[in-house]
Amino acid sequence: MVTADQAANKEFMVVKTNTTDQIIALAGNPNVGKSTVFNALTGMNQHTGNWPGKTVGSAQGTHHHHGSGYIFVDLPGTYSIMAHSAEEEIARDFILFGGADATVVVCDATCLERNLNLVLQVMELTANVVVCVNLLDEAEKKGILIDLEALERELGVPVVGASARSGKGLAELMEKVEALCAGAIPTNPRGVRYNSAIERAVSSLALLLEQRLEGRMNSHWLALRVLEQDTTLAAGIKKRLGPGLLDDEALWEAADAALASLEAEGISREKLGDMVVSCIVFSAEEIALSVGGDAAGCAGCGRCGGAVVRAGGAADRDRRLDKVLTSRRTGIPIMLALLCGILWLTITGANYPSRLLSDGLFWVQDRLTGFFCWAGSPDWLYGALVLGVYRVLAWVVAVMLPPMAIFFPLFTLLEDFGYLPRVAFNLDHQFKKAKACGKQALTMWIG
Amino acid sequence: MKANNLTSLREGESARVASLLNTGRIKRRLQDLGLVEGTRVQCIQKSPFGDPVAYGIRGAVIALRTEDAQGVLVR
Repeated sequence: MVTADQAANKEFMVVKTNTTDQIIALAGNPNVGKSTVFNALTGMNQHTGNWPGKTVGSAQGTHHHHGSGYIFVDLPGTYSIMAHSAEEEIARDFILFGGADATVVVCDATCLERNLNLVLQVMELTANVVVCVNLLDEAEKKGILIDLEALERELGVPVVGASARSGKGLAELMEKVEALCAGAIPTNPRGVRYNSAIERAVSSLALLLEQRLEGRMNSHWLALRVLEQDTTLAAGIKKRLGPGLLDDEALWEAADAALASLEAEGISREKLGDMVVSCIVFSAEEIALSVGGDAAGCAGCGRCGGAVVRAGGAADRDRRLDKVLTSRRTGIPIMLALLCGILWLTITGANYPSRLLSDGLFWVQDRLTGFFCWAGSPDWLYGALVLGVYRVLAWVVAVMLPPMAIFFPLFTLLEDFGYLPRVAFNLDHQFKKAKACGKQALTMWIG
Repeated sequence: MKANNLTSLREGESARVASLLNTGRIKRRLQDLGLVEGTRVQCIQKSPFGDPVAYGIRGAVIALRTEDAQGVLVR
């Protein structure tokens, strides 16, 4: 007979090499360094594929810590798990039904408040959460300090700081994951604070569900999803918790009553959805404020909710630089100048090395020709090997290598300075007329 | 009170979000970025052609196209 966990593993295609292996879900916003953490921990012990029935890529890898195996499942990067997209649905379903022993949510220290949105939503689904605040090195460059201990107190789950790019914090992360899986860390995840109208409507429905669920799922969360009439959840629940749960007369009566009371207060179902999102956003803001920093209603002056900012220098300097790089008068000329400059450097700079390579490689070809003559080899062999293979290779290397060796490092330099998004920003309007978007300016430039 | 939208902000001006007229994916994306009722937004920089415009939203600088910014009503 197959256990529920084994069934879950099979459905989500999680491969355990050992029955004692722990499954760890890895969640986080896009571009927070989730893949960096994943790759740093699993190295070459990965295998990739697709999530079952979806066109979204998946990756699993194993990491060994103190002799135990941990299978990390890299979930798609998402800003929330309201299941409004395939990626969100996958992430949510895995956290709910995938049989993970713990979930690590990777956050970006440079915009913590936004990341807390996902953290709070994940904590509504499972109590076994470790928060990994990554990109601490980037945050430090921007003068942002995060009080990790305060964050841990506010969230009620273990918090670890990291700079995954340089490997820092990963050992500590594994320590917390190990302890959490062993049950050594009691967690008390902070709930989202919903407004009174929502709470009133949800309470009786949640009570009903709690009796039916018997602790298998967060009843408050499920009640909200029932009210929002989230159809994506129905199939999963039917499979895991039995068809009886949702096919319940009393349940739907309670749901209708709740919706009616909301309507009476002027809250339509669509508005309910917006309110739920707002409540999560404001809960995240509240946490960010109480951890430190004065970010209430702040907008883009370089401060980030949840952090203490040292004299806003870095951000102000960025803003001033942007004024020059993207303004009406100076933005486009600078961009054209840089583009022409790089192309010119590439073309003229490549001439000398190209000539050298060409001379050198064709000298070798002459030596090869001499050898083939001396060895008395047939014409066709000479033609195929020397004229065919070697000469073509020589041409390509002599002509293409020098320009690429100059262009790509220069382009990478621009990227490191953060200039490329400004190019996309400047050109988006024009590219839109061709039904493209600003980012395609960059691919055009490379071409 | 006349409802303005984000595009009416000049560089340096800020306002609070009143509601979102956008729908579908772009609306959810804006909400994910923290653009919900009551959030303070600042117009930071307009691009050379006037579109897109960089806005400061909850500590991040986000570029929004005019067509999307028009759906964000502010007060």
